[in-house]
Amino acid sequence: MQDLGGAFGEALRLIVQLDRDLLEIVGLSLRVSLSAVALAALIGLPLGAVVAICRFPGKAIVVATLNTFMGLPPVVVGLVVYLMLSRAGPLGELGLLYTPSAMIVAQTVLVTPIVAALARQTVEDMRSEYWEQLHAFGVGTGGMVATLLWEARLSLVTVLLAGFGRAVAEVGAVIIVGGNINHVTRVMTTAIALETSKGALDLALGLGIVLLALVLGVNGLASGLRGMVARHGHA
Amino acid sequence: MAMPEAAIAASAVPGSLPPAAEVVLPIAGRGLVVRRGGRTLIDGIDIAFDGHGLTVVLGANGAGKSLLLRLLAGLVAPDGGTVTWGGTPPQRRHAPFVGFVFQRPVMLRRTALGNVRYALKAAGVPRSMRDAIAHRALGDAGLGDLAGWPARLLSGGEQQRVALARALASSPRALLLDEPTSNLDPASTLAIENLVLAARKAGTRIVLVTHDLGQARRLADEIVFLHAGRVLERAPAQHFLDGPSSGQAQAFLEGRIVL
Repeated sequence: MQDLGGAFGEALRLIVQLDRDLLEIVGLSLRVSLSAVALAALIGLPLGAVVAICRFPGKAIVVATLNTFMGLPPVVVGLVVYLMLSRAGPLGELGLLYTPSAMIVAQTVLVTPIVAALARQTVEDMRSEYWEQLHAFGVGTGGMVATLLWEARLSLVTVLLAGFGRAVAEVGAVIIVGGNINHVTRVMTTAIALETSKGALDLALGLGIVLLALVLGVNGLASGLRGMVARHGHA
Repeated sequence: MAMPEAAIAASAVPGSLPPAAEVVLPIAGRGLVVRRGGRTLIDGIDIAFDGHGLTVVLGANGAGKSLLLRLLAGLVAPDGGTVTWGGTPPQRRHAPFVGFVFQRPVMLRRTALGNVRYALKAAGVPRSMRDAIAHRALGDAGLGDLAGWPARLLSGGEQQRVALARALASSPRALLLDEPTSNLDPASTLAIENLVLAARKAGTRIVLVTHDLGQARRLADEIVFLHAGRVLERAPAQHFLDGPSSGQAQAFLEGRIVL
């Protein structure tokens, strides 16, 4: 049984030596998960805001559905995306299976409901304060969506962080649609799973530490951004 | 106090804010009824505001003053009756001509100037003109030095002045104010009242809700007295303050508790 110290040593060695394989894996992880979060933001933020602002029949059902989808199991998302993208599937023509693009699609499906549901909650909390005033300005629904998303920008950074954390840490979806192919679709989580099953616990733990450091770094960046905005009094 | 030059600046520009602002008058409600949870909060009000001047809507808490103002602004839909602006139901594109100032100012997370600019954008003022009009509106409100400040860091009184400057920047034909000074200290109250009087002098039709008798005395040309969701009296201010005809209004003026 390798000890934790050995793992830290291994992780440190990989990082200090700027190990090419490590950099490649980390780079792909970042590329896939950041792309997925960006796409999820493009879809989920307006969607959440529209649901928050509009009053329509069946709204409660839409909200409940969004909230439920926040907890989608990654393997199920992976399976569904796999079925869609496989040769026989409706999107098989695109030939995306076992490519980073497929991984981005899967993580986008996973993260969009999280972003939408949390944005809905955030914007709805603001709606009561702003609705009458914006209505008095003559602002329509589209304008309210844009305005409230901008007004909620501080909280929405945290929402996107939650989405990123979910995406970068999940293994079930990317391993199914990506296949964990070396130099092609291997990301940190799939690499950790593989190294663990091979018994290379040092490397697995090392990768795990790098993953944690990465998430910590992104969080630090975001809270620094929040702090900067808050210091300018727009909190 | 100078009259809001923003009004002139804005209306002098062809295409930006046409004299069509007149289309919102009269602001009228016919047969207005609002019920909530079995209680009738507005009980058959017919009222119209046209022309010029400053009407103060007086009444005790729960008389329906704020609700009436919201109905007339098109912010709340009545359970019965209709609201019209210039004979037609309130339209979104006419909203900038009917300014509204709330009891608690709603500041956007921008600078004071950004707040005014936002309202001008919503009013359809061309981008190139917004800065100049916004600066002038804030200057008229004595807030020129605070233009670059985040609006939410301003004091309550300053925020309310920004809210008023913001409402006036788009040169509204009518201005509705819902207890705009009830949370403010005397100095801020005076600043708000002076701005309101300047707007009235400039020709803006003003309806102000308050339960502050002193404010009514200082500002009103005309007084509407509400009690239990009905209009009990509508009379020239001096006339009403010297001798109201209803017992409820008499009691209100004497500071007795009206039930």
